[in-house]
Amino acid sequence: MKAKLLLEALSFALLVVAVVFLPHHVSDFHSRELATVGMYFIALVGLGILTGYSGQISLGHGAFMAIGGYTTAILEVNHGVRDIWTIPIAGLVAGAAGLLVGIPALRLSGPYLALVTLGIAIAFPQLPKKYGHFTGGTTGEILNLPKAPFGLHTTPNHWLYYLTWAIALMLLVCAWVLLRTKPGRTWQAVRDSETAAAASGIGVPAYKTLAFGISAFYAGIAGSLFAIATSFVNPDTYPIVLSIFLVVGLAVGGASSLAGLLAGAAFVYYLDNHADAVARWADHLPFVSVNPQQSGIPSVAFGAVLILVVLLLPTGVGGLLHRLLRPLTSRLYSRS
Amino acid sequence: MLAFTWSELAQQVVDGIRDGGIYALLALALVIIYRSTRVINFAQGEMATFTTFVAWSLMNQWAHLSFWEAFPLVLVIAFAGGVGIERLLVRWVEDAPLLTVVILTLGLALLLNGLTSVIWGGAEKQFQGPFSTQTVDIAGAQISEQDIGIVAVAVGLVVVLALFFRFTKLGLAMRAAAVNRQSSRLVGVRVGWMLALGWGFAAVLGAVAGMLIAPIVFLDPNMMQTVLLYAFAAAVLGGLDSPVGAVVGGIILGLTITLVGRYVPYVDSTLKLPVALLLIIVVLLFRPAGLFGRVSVRRV
Repeated sequence: MKAKLLLEALSFALLVVAVVFLPHHVSDFHSRELATVGMYFIALVGLGILTGYSGQISLGHGAFMAIGGYTTAILEVNHGVRDIWTIPIAGLVAGAAGLLVGIPALRLSGPYLALVTLGIAIAFPQLPKKYGHFTGGTTGEILNLPKAPFGLHTTPNHWLYYLTWAIALMLLVCAWVLLRTKPGRTWQAVRDSETAAAASGIGVPAYKTLAFGISAFYAGIAGSLFAIATSFVNPDTYPIVLSIFLVVGLAVGGASSLAGLLAGAAFVYYLDNHADAVARWADHLPFVSVNPQQSGIPSVAFGAVLILVVLLLPTGVGGLLHRLLRPLTSRLYSRS
Repeated sequence: MLAFTWSELAQQVVDGIRDGGIYALLALALVIIYRSTRVINFAQGEMATFTTFVAWSLMNQWAHLSFWEAFPLVLVIAFAGGVGIERLLVRWVEDAPLLTVVILTLGLALLLNGLTSVIWGGAEKQFQGPFSTQTVDIAGAQISEQDIGIVAVAVGLVVVLALFFRFTKLGLAMRAAAVNRQSSRLVGVRVGWMLALGWGFAAVLGAVAGMLIAPIVFLDPNMMQTVLLYAFAAAVLGGLDSPVGAVVGGIILGLTITLVGRYVPYVDSTLKLPVALLLIIVVLLFRPAGLFGRVSVRRV
């Protein structure tokens, strides 16, 4: 076990180093892209806790991101709160909403839960439209442009990058501690067999609801950063596709692997924004001729890649990592 | 708010049942796949759209067939497509976790949606349906042949499917394969092909739904997306493994959305969707497997 701990600490240290030094080597625009990857990563870690550990599926986490984003927007525009102070509040509001959703979720099994949460993602954008007097309705709210506080001299994009990744790393550590201690073990017991867990004296409902609350908290933080980055929220800032993207990232990353989720976040961001690049690459293959500019081609590329990944990597990147590293860690373990 | 009249109520009920019939058709396809393979098929809407485009091309582009000449051809194509998708792609994830299967069908949905716009372009197309839109006046409500046709087809298909699953040997084998794969294999049921048949039937149902809906909403690559979401809601409401539930769920959903949007004060068109969702959640709280679904007993 010590070897695994060491390996995880080492890879975390590597990640921190990479995060700190990466902006020096990429353009300003790329650092903004990496910031967006970080936002996806935060939301995915939360979703990983929910799906990978407590075993509940949510196809509606975009709605919790929207709640976070709107909290930030309302606090900033209507109450003049500085953007970074709204982030924790956004997380807490979304987390509270998550607890509320977690209660009816207790009664529902896999597919029913998946579809009800999908319903939440679809129905949620209607609420800001209805209650337009403090959410800005369909036009939305315009926030201040992101700007480094305390007189720091960085570009807005670099500031976004450091802000996002500082929060992401902090939340990653929180998740790691949570999953390696009692809550994490309890969630796994619940995931593997609810009946057996209940028979062993675990309060199943409380832990399942808690998982929903925590994962919604993560989504809320990500949504708040999203709002700060785009400096604008309206019902279309958090489309239904966002919830779908999160689940895609989760499946590609491997639901119960924190390291894999990083790959999942990058995958979703890249494919969402650069699906035409995949088509261009396919165009170079022999016997294949596609025009990346044609409408529908990016969608075909996204779908085809998704199907291939699921068929080739059924346990996601996390499962692959696990298989590659197991000989290493088990040998270290047996010698220590 | 406008004054209440009985004839308007009748009209709203007719509209609600018509919309419900559309949701029911696609919900039925979802239920057939879920029953036979335990897969929630997110590609159902795009499969239906794709086959409807094939029908359009048969009628307007490749050959100038009439609707009823194209109809059987399209059903055969849809059936072959559904079986092909199961044998080529879905069979590899049969025993995978729910999440993996969901992602596979989502990928399939994206792929088909993209292919549809690549082949036919994104522009809306007029689709000549089989029923006339001429309305007759019944108790103050305007009912068209099209409205009656949609509901009749939905109900008719349920009856046919129920008879098929209840009284034929193939239907029995399909039910057996869905309930317990190992035991079915042991008694000689070719489980893999039963699952493929389930996909084939669902594709056929989707094609029928698509061809009935296209005359109402215009044919474009995204036409089934909203319908699919309502179909999911209908299937969950009725119970994911109950064909009767799919139709009843669809019609309840259609009626609720229309009537609540019209008659409940404060609920306007923007709140219809959240209210419908709330209704479903409340129903599921009391019946976690939907109105007609069975709660399975799990062993530790």
